[in-house]
Amino acid sequence: MIPELGQFALIIALCLAIAQSVLPMWGAQTNNLNLMSVGRTAASGQFLFLLIAFLCLAYSFVDNDFSVQYVANNSNTLLPIYYRISAVWGAHEGSLLLWVLALSGWGFAVAVKSRSLPDDVIARVLAVMGMISIGFILFTLLTSNPFDRMFPAAAEGRDLNPLLQDPGLVIHPPMLYMGYVGFSVAFAFAIAALISGKLDSAWVRWSRPWANIAWVFLTIGITLGSWWAYHELGWGGWWFWDPVENASFMPWLVATALIHSLAVTEKRATFKSWTVLLSILVFSLSLLGTFLVRSGVLVSVHSFASDPARGVYILAFLAVVVGGSLTLYAWRSVQFSTGGRFEVMSKETMLLLNNVLLVVAMLTILIGTLYPLFLDALGLPKLSVGPPYFSAVFVPLMLPLIFLMGLGPIAKWRRISISELFHKLKFLLAIAVILGVILPIAIYRDTTIMTSLGIAAGGWAFATAVYAVARLIMKRDKTTSVFKSLSKVPRALYGMSVAHIGMGIFIFGVVFTSAFSDQKEIAVKVGTSVDLAGYSFLLRGVGPNQGPNYQAMRAQVDVTQDNVPIVTLEPEKRVYTVQRNPMTEASIDEGLFRDLYVALGEPVSPGEWGLRIYYRPFVQWIWIGAMLMAIGGILGATDKRYRASANRAA
Amino acid sequence: MNKIIALFVCLLATQLVYAEIINVQPQYEDRYQSLLEELRCLVCQNQTLADSSSELATDLRVQVKDMLEQGSSDQQILDFMSARYGDFVLYTPPVKSHTLFLWLGPFALLLIGVVTALWMIAQRAKQAPTISEADQQRLHNLLADQDTGEK
Repeated sequence: MIPELGQFALIIALCLAIAQSVLPMWGAQTNNLNLMSVGRTAASGQFLFLLIAFLCLAYSFVDNDFSVQYVANNSNTLLPIYYRISAVWGAHEGSLLLWVLALSGWGFAVAVKSRSLPDDVIARVLAVMGMISIGFILFTLLTSNPFDRMFPAAAEGRDLNPLLQDPGLVIHPPMLYMGYVGFSVAFAFAIAALISGKLDSAWVRWSRPWANIAWVFLTIGITLGSWWAYHELGWGGWWFWDPVENASFMPWLVATALIHSLAVTEKRATFKSWTVLLSILVFSLSLLGTFLVRSGVLVSVHSFASDPARGVYILAFLAVVVGGSLTLYAWRSVQFSTGGRFEVMSKETMLLLNNVLLVVAMLTILIGTLYPLFLDALGLPKLSVGPPYFSAVFVPLMLPLIFLMGLGPIAKWRRISISELFHKLKFLLAIAVILGVILPIAIYRDTTIMTSLGIAAGGWAFATAVYAVARLIMKRDKTTSVFKSLSKVPRALYGMSVAHIGMGIFIFGVVFTSAFSDQKEIAVKVGTSVDLAGYSFLLRGVGPNQGPNYQAMRAQVDVTQDNVPIVTLEPEKRVYTVQRNPMTEASIDEGLFRDLYVALGEPVSPGEWGLRIYYRPFVQWIWIGAMLMAIGGILGATDKRYRASANRAA
Repeated sequence: MNKIIALFVCLLATQLVYAEIINVQPQYEDRYQSLLEELRCLVCQNQTLADSSSELATDLRVQVKDMLEQGSSDQQILDFMSARYGDFVLYTPPVKSHTLFLWLGPFALLLIGVVTALWMIAQRAKQAPTISEADQQRLHNLLADQDTGEK
C-alpha cells in the first residue's frame, strides 16, 4: 500500500510539474497575473508530493518491505537503521528520486524566497525549473521506478553494497545532488533573461546568491566524496581522477568560473552574455555528469549499447536542454548591453582570464575522460587516461590561475597600473617564494622545483587573501579601532578571503601529501614491527570481531615514535554476511600534520599478515581547505545586500 | 557507482586467498611503487596495480619486481608491459597519431582561449566611449537647462 502511495505521489508531482512549466510561462507571455501565480503554488505542491514519495520509499526500507524490488536489492534485515535510510539513495532508482526531490526543493525555495522579484521573472524561472522536473520525473517513472513490486516477495534482502556502509556515503550523495541540481536555478534565471531580454542589476543580485549556495553544496559534496574514498577504499589516496569523480569536478570548475563572472556582472554590468553562457554550461555539465554516471557508458561503450534505455533517455534530454538553450542563447544574447568600459590591464581582464583558465581546465578533463570512450567507439586500440596524464596537463593550467587569484582581489576595476600593483604585492610575492624554498627544506630536508613552486603558489594564495582584508584595516583612519573596522568589512569580502585562504591551505595539503608521502606494503609476523617515516608499527595480534552484519578479522597495531606510544590502530578485514565480499576497513590516526594509515591485507602464512602502512603528511589540509572554500561561499551568499533585497518586499 | 561495481568484480576475483604482499628489496622500493602507480590492473575498472589486489595484478607486480631485480630500467619495464598487454595497461597514454589531440588539445585550447579573450578585450577598449557624441551634446544641454533652472 505504502509503495503504491509513493508511486501515486510521484505521478501527481509530474502533473504539477507540467502545470508549473506551462501555465506561468504562458501567463508571463500574455501578461496574465493569475496564470503567473500558478508557478509558486505548483512548485510548492510538487515539492510536497515528491517529499511524500521519498518518505514512502524510506518507509519501505525501514519496514523491510522486500516485495519492493529496489528495497530487496539494496537492504537487509540485519542492516543498521541509519544505513537502511541512506540505502534509499544507495542505488540508481532511489538516487534519481533524491535528484528530483532536490530539484523540487530548490524550486520550492525559489518560490518562497522570491517575493520581491517581478512576477514575470519568477514565473519564467519556475516554468523552466518545472520543465527540468518533467524530464527527470518521467525518466524515473519510465525507466527507473523505485516502487516496482516483485512477486513473490523476497524472504530476505540482498543487502546494501558494503562500500556504501560508511558515514561519508550517508551525506555525500545528497550534498552532491543539491549542488548539481542547484545550478538549475542559475540556469533557469539565465533562460528567463534570454526569453524576456532583460538582464539588469536586479537580475544579477538575484541569481548570484543562488549560484553561490549551489557551488557550496557541490564543494561539500565533492569533498565528502574524496574523504570517503580516502577512508573506505583503503589505498590512502584522496583523488583518483576516476571518470565518476571527473563528472562532478567538471561542473565545479565552470561553476567557480560562474561565481566569479557573476561578480563582474554585478559590480560592472559587463560580461553579461558570458555569464548567461556559463550558467547554461554549468547545468549542462551537471546533466552530462548524470548521463556519464547513470547510463553505464563509463564501464564500457558496449555495456551502454546492450542496455540503452536509460542512457538514450538522458542523452536525448541532454541534447534537448543543451541544444535548446544554446539556440536560444545564439538568437537572443546579442541584445544585452556590453556594460562598463575597462582597459586591457584591469580587474575585469584578470577575472576573464580566470574564467578562460577554468573553462580550459574543464575541457581538459572532458577530453581526458571521454577520449578512451571515443577510441573505443571508433574501434581503435583501447587506452587508459590516468592520474599521470591529468597531473601533467592540469598543473600547468592551475599555476597561472593561482597567480591571477592573488592579483585579482587587489587589482582595481577598469584600469590598473602594473607598477603600482607590483609595488603593492612585491613583498607578498617574496614571502611566497621564500616559503616555497624554506618550508619543505625545514620540515623534510628536501625539495624539488615542482614542490617549491607548489608551496609558493599556496603561500601566495594565502598571503594575498589575508592582505585583501588587512589592507582595509591598515588604511583605516586613526580614530577607528581595529575591531570596529574589521566589523565594517563587507561580508562578501570576508567570503572571498576565506575561500582563497582555503584554496591556499588546500594547495599546501596537496603538495605536501604528494611530495612527502611514504608507504610500505609488507608481510609482518605477529609480534614484530615495521619502521616507516620515523614511526614504528608493531603488529601485536590479529583476532576475530563480530559486527552487526559482518564478521571481521581485526588487527592491533601499536604505533610508537622514539619508543613513545602514539596510538593503537585497529584495521579490519570484513566479510559481510550477505554479499560475502572481503572489505578492507582501514584504521587511521588523523593529525593536523600527518595521518598514519594502516590497512590489513591477507594472511601470508600462519601468524604472518600483509599490512599496508601509509604516512600521509598534511593530508587533512586538503579537506580543511575545501571546507573553508565552502564557508567562504556561504559568507558571500549571505552578504547584506542579498539579505536586503530578499527582505525588501517581504 | 560504476567504479564500485567494478571493484566488486575485482574483489570477487580474489575470493581465493592470495598472497598479495610482495616484499621488494629496499633499494628498489621507490621505483617499484612509482611503477605500480603507472600501470593499470587489466581486470579492474579503474585501478592501478598498487591499488588492486586481484590475482592478475599480483602476478604483474611479481613481474615488475623480478624485472627490477634483474636490472631492467623503468622504461624497459613499461615497454615490456605495453608490448604484452597493449597501451591500455599504461596510465600515461603514449604520444601517437591518435593521441595527439589528447596531449596537445589542452594547450591548444588554452592558447585559443587566452588569445581570443585578450583580442576581444583589446577591441572593446579601442571602441569609442560608450556615450556617443549626440548623447554628450544632449547631456550638455540637460546640464545647461538644470543650471538655468536653479538660477
